[in-house]
Amino acid sequence: MDRRLFLQTSLVLTGGVVACSAEKTVQVQTEHSSDVIWDLHCHLSGVPGETVKERVEQLLVYADRMGVQRLVFFMGWPFLSNPTPDQLRKQNDQVLEALALAPDRLFGFAYVSGEHPDESLQEIERCITSGPMLGIKLWTARHCSEAALDPIVRRCGELQAVVYQHTWLKSTGNEPGESTPMDVVTLAQRHPDVRIICGHTGGDWTRGIRAVRAVPNVTIDLGGSEPTAGFVEMAVRELGAERILYGSDIGGRSFASQLAKVYGAELTVVERKQILGQNLKRLLTPILMAKGVKLS
Amino acid sequence: MIDVNVNLSRWPFRRLPCDETPRLVEKLLASGITEAWAGSFDGLLHQDVAGVNARLTAECRSSGGLLKPVGTIHPLLPDWEDDVRRCAEQHGMHAIRLNPNYHGYRLDDPVCDRLLDLAAERQLVVQVALKMEDVRTHHPLMKVPTVDVAPLEALVRRHPQARLVILNGSGTVTPAAAANLTTLGPVYFDISHAEQVGALEQLVKVVPHERLLFGSHFPFFNLESALLKFRESELGSAVSTAIQSGNAKTLMGTR
Repeated sequence: MDRRLFLQTSLVLTGGVVACSAEKTVQVQTEHSSDVIWDLHCHLSGVPGETVKERVEQLLVYADRMGVQRLVFFMGWPFLSNPTPDQLRKQNDQVLEALALAPDRLFGFAYVSGEHPDESLQEIERCITSGPMLGIKLWTARHCSEAALDPIVRRCGELQAVVYQHTWLKSTGNEPGESTPMDVVTLAQRHPDVRIICGHTGGDWTRGIRAVRAVPNVTIDLGGSEPTAGFVEMAVRELGAERILYGSDIGGRSFASQLAKVYGAELTVVERKQILGQNLKRLLTPILMAKGVKLS
Repeated sequence: MIDVNVNLSRWPFRRLPCDETPRLVEKLLASGITEAWAGSFDGLLHQDVAGVNARLTAECRSSGGLLKPVGTIHPLLPDWEDDVRRCAEQHGMHAIRLNPNYHGYRLDDPVCDRLLDLAAERQLVVQVALKMEDVRTHHPLMKVPTVDVAPLEALVRRHPQARLVILNGSGTVTPAAAANLTTLGPVYFDISHAEQVGALEQLVKVVPHERLLFGSHFPFFNLESALLKFRESELGSAVSTAIQSGNAKTLMGTR
């Protein structure tokens, strides 16, 4: 069955109710109840609620509505682009608190910074080696292509932890220290055995996909950009579905807009399931196994 | 459902999966859209706007009534007023669409007053698209700043009867500013760019739901983005129906 025919068929078979009214019940073609959705890219920022508990509870309500089973959190609030070591610890404490609230649903990556490599290594030991986290998040403090990040990334490799690096390719100009997908490629080529995620696929995904194409230990994150049509189709064409991870970047983004990138793309069932959850599960399985975590 | 924010033809910078009208129509219909207000991507850069609008009208005619053409007006072109006349008289359009940033004028340019007066005379709804694409992903040779909305309140105050639809505005017009504008005249906002977790639930806490319209920015955006917002937010059937169709009918005076 070709993709287009599959899409038409699946729309009919899997249509779901979005809104009911006296006037009309509207059917839309976005429900696939068998999908296992793992969201790579979640934040506590931008979410209603004063406490971690309130925010997690609210987010899980939305996640349940959208069929998202597992969520990976990193960074607390407020967002800090170049945090001090103490701020890194506090932000990671917020995520640890969140994970404890729903350990069967939530995963975490430790927020670390190339600006503070020694303290970041300490956070890796605290949050990953001795704690429940499964990877690290690098944001915009330093370009990830810099050698200063090597000890951090090397340690992640030893732990089989995942490295998530934020990237953008802004035509308006990147922030100082803000990495591009090309920086990720430089880093990944120095650490070919480490699993590295190119966050946002550079935002400008037409260039970001091309940038990482030749480097197999780099996967891409769909989250945190506008729900532009064609993103996933190009990524599947150029990288293969197995290198694509669904992520949302909630709470600043919505599950709706980010899931739409996948549900709006013309994909086979196998590709859709890989992107929505199976790929992330595969990426995290080594460290989960190392930690003795059994998935229900 | 009535989608007030659709475009036909080609996005100038890449092909989109549904940029051929038959495919676009097929997808809209399969998604429960019963009426779509369609502008043309050609209107962003083409100078022959009359030709753009004529082609758009012909293309919409082939859709079995699903697509309602929304003509482009570029008020810095010579004799643009005749494009307004043609939209109303020749093409029978109910709405026109403005792209001030792509056409190089501000909302406090006096030409906007003249345009709104003409639109009122012709009983045309005026759609104002504040942006088309995230400014961070623009082609490096064509960076088009988002429309400056600072003059918008004054414009609405000068034209309190103008029926305005602000497209692609969330994130540019704050919810509080949008709420304020709704008190000044029949100003509506589409939901295409409403973003944050639970976006619609949060939005209707500030902006009267009677002034929100289902708009998808399809096919530039995946149509599912707008659709899925109604699953993520539980608005209740009355509010959902109002946003999905009722408010557009009210705007058009068809109910």
